Amino acid sequence: MRGEPRDGRIVIVGASLAGLRAAEKLRAEGFAGSLTLVGEEPQPPYDRPPLSKQVLLGKVPAENTGLPQRREVDAEWRLGVRATGLDPFGKRVLLADGEEVSFDRLLIATGTRARPWPNPAEAALDGVFTLRTSDDAGRLAERLDAGPRRVLVIGAGFTGSEIASACRERGLEVTVAERGPAPLVGALGGTLGTLATRLQRAHGVDLRCGVTVTALEGNGRLTGAQFSDGTRIDADVAVVALGAVRNTEWLAESGLAAGPRGVTCDAGCRAFDMYGIVTDDIFAAGDVARFPHPLFEYQLLSLEHWGNAVAQAEVAAHNMVNPGPRRRPHLTVPAFWSSQFGLNIKSVGVPTFSDQVVIAQGSLKDARLVAVYGYRGRVTAAVSVNQAKWLEYYQRLIETAAPFPPAPGAADRPESLVPVPSDVPDPKMLSHGPTVALTGHLPDRRLTVVQPAR
Amino acid sequence: MAADTLFRRITDYAHRADPYPLYAELREAGVVRQEDGSYLVGTYHEIAALLHDPRISSDRRNRAVPDETAAGEQGVPPSFIGLDDPEHHRLRRLAMRSFGPPHTPGRIDAMEGEITRIVKDLIAGFEGKKRIDIVDDFAYPLPVTVICRLLGVPTEDEPRFRLWSDTIVAGFDPTPGEDPAERQRAGSEARKAMGLYLGELAEKRRNRPSDDMLSAFINNEGPDGRLTQLEIMTTAVLLLIAGHETTVNLITNGILTLLRHPDELDRLRSEPPLMPKAVEELLRYEPPVQMLPQRTPLADIEVLGVTIPKGAPLILMLASGNRDPQRFRDPDRFDPTREDNQHLGFGSGMHSCFGAPLARMETQLALTALIQHLDKPRLVEDPPPYRRSPVLRGPRHLLIEDDRAGA
Ligand SMILES: Cc1cc2nc3c(=O)[nH]c(=O)nc-3n(C[C@H](O)[C@H](O)[C@H](O)COP(=O)(O)OP(=O)(O)OC[C@H]3O[C@@H](n4cnc5c(N)ncnc54)[C@H](O)[C@@H]3O)c2cc1C
Ligand code: HEM
Repeated sequence: MRGEPRDGRIVIVGASLAGLRAAEKLRAEGFAGSLTLVGEEPQPPYDRPPLSKQVLLGKVPAENTGLPQRREVDAEWRLGVRATGLDPFGKRVLLADGEEVSFDRLLIATGTRARPWPNPAEAALDGVFTLRTSDDAGRLAERLDAGPRRVLVIGAGFTGSEIASACRERGLEVTVAERGPAPLVGALGGTLGTLATRLQRAHGVDLRCGVTVTALEGNGRLTGAQFSDGTRIDADVAVVALGAVRNTEWLAESGLAAGPRGVTCDAGCRAFDMYGIVTDDIFAAGDVARFPHPLFEYQLLSLEHWGNAVAQAEVAAHNMVNPGPRRRPHLTVPAFWSSQFGLNIKSVGVPTFSDQVVIAQGSLKDARLVAVYGYRGRVTAAVSVNQAKWLEYYQRLIETAAPFPPAPGAADRPESLVPVPSDVPDPKMLSHGPTVALTGHLPDRRLTVVQPAR
Repeated sequence: MAADTLFRRITDYAHRADPYPLYAELREAGVVRQEDGSYLVGTYHEIAALLHDPRISSDRRNRAVPDETAAGEQGVPPSFIGLDDPEHHRLRRLAMRSFGPPHTPGRIDAMEGEITRIVKDLIAGFEGKKRIDIVDDFAYPLPVTVICRLLGVPTEDEPRFRLWSDTIVAGFDPTPGEDPAERQRAGSEARKAMGLYLGELAEKRRNRPSDDMLSAFINNEGPDGRLTQLEIMTTAVLLLIAGHETTVNLITNGILTLLRHPDELDRLRSEPPLMPKAVEELLRYEPPVQMLPQRTPLADIEVLGVTIPKGAPLILMLASGNRDPQRFRDPDRFDPTREDNQHLGFGSGMHSCFGAPLARMETQLALTALIQHLDKPRLVEDPPPYRRSPVLRGPRHLLIEDDRAGA
């Protein structure tokens, strides 16, 4: 029957990580109705993290990163076709091939795409790449195989840094251009940015910070690039790694709160409409979603993290087939990892949501450490370098809104434990609300409690 | 009964066959201080949190009252299971270099054929017997042979190091009430003797590399340096003991548990692909390492409202956490198809078991082959006689009769 949560028609738009995991979870939760997945990419769901790592190193072919299916999913897959619109009244998704699919409940999981180089003519030069899809990775890996004389990486965030690392591991000459003062600084702040600078240079990267690329040169083929400081280099490959753009254009006429920063939804993954009224039949999950998190003062977070896509997809799916009182909040603490220049970096919490940072264990010198971030006296994030096993403890501190800096007594602690400014782009000035902590371990018992002021 | 005698009762040999009701009592009581000033924790989430807490030391030298096993001046320093970071990290990484990924990714998988052959030979040895001892005829010789091959230790020397190993394990036995000093001293002596023996074996391989870990320890130099002579000794002792005293109990507990659950035995026999999950369930249900008795807080730490003072002995009851209803549904049920089975059988966090992939493979192959071979096995004695240790818990003998045992 239509109104029954375990019956009816569910459509998922975006058939990648979040879409697939949601589909699996819907069936695992006993959803017995019809399920349709619409995906623009022609291939079955695949994994993106290896694209900037093993694939660029030539260790894994681009077409071999398919996501394992955790269970057989009984669904209609409409791959290779883009959704072009959403009609909220008729409850239809419009497709690029002129067809449409009707739904009772909809999950938006259209993720992001690579931000293109702003000058279209330069972007069209042979040798200029972005990296988001397996096709992108396959083409770039092929070009790296051919042994370019120099690769220019524009942007030293996680993806750009990983690309530079893979190129150096292949023995290719690399120039990295970063507008900020250091690699990774936008995500991890000044202290670890300094470490990243040191490592990139130690690995032979021609790292140029505080500059922008003003022009890509070439005639049909890329030949070089000019920088804002007046210098130029010869390069035959350039990878544009300027971050991501959320795939929300298709929702322009939908009346949803969807825009460049994503689709805004509540903690239960239900999308808001443009008036801020929550819908009850349209859900969002993964990189495209923007959601409030109680641990971070209900700020709306947009995350581009693998783990968030999985966790949020599962919560969305659960809530799509369960009645009100059984619904769950998406309370997962954000987490991601990256590997580059021989470092294994893992992060929990939101490092940019901080005013101070301290090296709580290990040392910068050994490039083996945990940096703990605090905001107004409580722990909000932790980042480990080559010591991921330490991180779970700090995750608990984040969940319980523990005081910053962390309590003394840890093994392998540096002599001085002086917090320094975290030097990340300032978090929005927030009102000083009550501190909230998470309790409970099982998904259906996870709760927030208000911590009394200390 | 009073909660402050729980540890005395748990370690009492009379409860060896079934300590689980005592663990339930412990979980009910929360964090409990014992008469001797040590603290017991038996609930899953608290144990898991403490195993990740950097303020919890594995180095007994941090105890307010150090004991003999903490190694005085005359003793050998602890191996990495008894050290904290950064030393622990450095030694574990150097040891891992010749054991698993990323530097030696194929080592364990390459042993599959060999383990299968050893299992087959052991089963062939049942020939002519109607009654077999699962421990002596099967579960003990298998991991010993495997760890000897892996390290490069001649199996003929087994009687020597079995004695050392027994003495070392007895030295770590935390049973309260008995004067432990003598046992601990004997344990340290045995550790030293075993270390010298293994150090010598390694020395023989210097510049004459062979395909075993002792050879790798003495010849390989990585970017993080190499193990010193003394570190080779302590690390090799750790691996030999760990490879010796644990897997035997997992295999034996496995057969015992399956004989107590004949439906599950039949099911596994007809569906061998279920075995990996069944082994995980065994690690939860009857874990060979029942507790971690060597932790010490480096600062006062509050757990479930109780402050455990810096330097106090802290004992984490893994086997109790594995039966915590706050984590596992129907925890006292043996369910080989259990989902989401993040048991504590291999510990967790910094010191989580180094040999887990090997132990899993050995046990899966051993149990699969054994239950396929046996026809209608019967337990001769239930419960069977147990080994003394409350930490490394398992039957001393497990006699079974089977019409096909020796067929
Ligand atoms: C190179 C690279 C490396 C990464 N490394 C890491 C890492 O190390 N650690 C980490 O935590 N995260 C990493 N990530 C991020 C991680 O891959 C993403 O968080 C994850 O892919 C998000 O999944 P998603 O399903 O929400 O979105 P996506 O994977 O972006 O999938 C969205 C899908 O929707 C489709 N789509 C878009 N618009 C439409 C439409 N209108 N109609 C139909 N279909 C549409 C797209 O084609 C796409 O297939 C990496 C990402 C990249 C690109
Ligand atoms: C079923 C068999 C096994 C079980 C149940 C088991 C269990 C455990 C447990 C619980 C720990 C954690 C100790 C702590 O936290 O203090 C541990 C650590 C360890 N195990 Fe195992 N183990 C088994 C087999 C093996 C084997 C076969 C080897 C060797 C090849 C091995 C080597 C080690 C080592 C070296 C450590 C110390 C790790 C460290 O301190 O970092 N184990 N094991």
